[in-house]
Amino acid sequence: MSEQLNTSDKKPEFWRWQENCWADESKDWRSAKAITVGIDVGSVSSQCVVVADGELFAYNSMRTGNNSPDSAKNAFKGVTEKTGLTLNDVHMVVGTGYGRVNVPFSHKAITEIACHARGANYMGGNKVRTILDMGGQDCKAIHCDDKGKVTNFLMNDKCAAGTGRGMEVISDLMQIPIAELGPRSFEVDQEPEAVSSVCVVFAKSEALGLLKAGYTKNKVIAAYCQAMAERVVSLLERIGVEEGFFITGGIAKNPGVVKRIEKLLGIKAMDTKIDSQIAGALGAALFANTLVQKQGPLAPIVA
Amino acid sequence: MIANYGYKDGSGEYYISIDTDKCIDCPVGRACLTGCPKGMFETMTDDYDDEVVQIKQSFRRNLAYDCADCKPSSNRPPLPCVVACTPAAIKHSW
Repeated sequence: MSEQLNTSDKKPEFWRWQENCWADESKDWRSAKAITVGIDVGSVSSQCVVVADGELFAYNSMRTGNNSPDSAKNAFKGVTEKTGLTLNDVHMVVGTGYGRVNVPFSHKAITEIACHARGANYMGGNKVRTILDMGGQDCKAIHCDDKGKVTNFLMNDKCAAGTGRGMEVISDLMQIPIAELGPRSFEVDQEPEAVSSVCVVFAKSEALGLLKAGYTKNKVIAAYCQAMAERVVSLLERIGVEEGFFITGGIAKNPGVVKRIEKLLGIKAMDTKIDSQIAGALGAALFANTLVQKQGPLAPIVA
Repeated sequence: MIANYGYKDGSGEYYISIDTDKCIDCPVGRACLTGCPKGMFETMTDDYDDEVVQIKQSFRRNLAYDCADCKPSSNRPPLPCVVACTPAAIKHSW
């Protein structure tokens, strides 16, 4: 018999993922010659990354609010509170992501495609060649060279299928915390067929239909993870996949999707100890660091 | 860099690819800008500070429809944008 959905008045937010703020406590930013900041304002999440002398020093990853400037400010504020760093201490700020032109204190805006490649190059090393960025509301396949420079890219921003938002919808529908979806997708007797629809809206109704037909929640999640994997693999196959495969974005934390992508491609994704969600902001901060080396520091822009 | 603009949906794949390495030093003065009857191309400075051509944002999700006039189902003539771009930097996936 299928599991019953919770119908109580209190509505927990199962989709709400863990926000993170981190700083390298073994380092003191005051001794750094160049401090640069990357701000990635995405459609679902926003990140601020601080790079000190070309090395990751601190970051804050949080949910995007209802306007881009405030999201950028809040992301930076988290780092400020954690490290004591202020805008006056920063030599350059680069904005990226969907809201990159609305970062009020950025000196330059660079596309998230270039920034993810640069960030992945830092996180995975110079062997990274193919990057899959599974963002909140779009998905990008990127090829880069050994320096993290983009050589080919493809973006799907027309549909939310295969994105973080799609996974949030399923999390809420199944009433299972989003962090548990991946592990639970493997707790099935037999791997189910992928849900047939590529559309989040139709996948939702199809998932409900499967529950009514007697599928367990775990089996429905497995079917959805498989559909998501198939969706992004078709995007990747269009530009081709080379060894040195790296996944960025929030979905990289979902083993249910990552393992299925690896299985479909026959390639294992590279591991990293750094939060995959900060790749864009990290790339932006690294671009800023390069610009500081070339042009010198810039005065802060007061928002 | 090869930049792919467009999308895939239930009806097919609709991408216009621009090889920006061929586009940077355009020998025909950006003829694609005027070659496309709908004016879908525009110049921009990319993330590596090179001036290249891209598809305007407003056209990227409608390529199947916006390019339809240049792609009749039979007796299809050469595409004006592809003809205009003599370095062969522009390719259509469909």
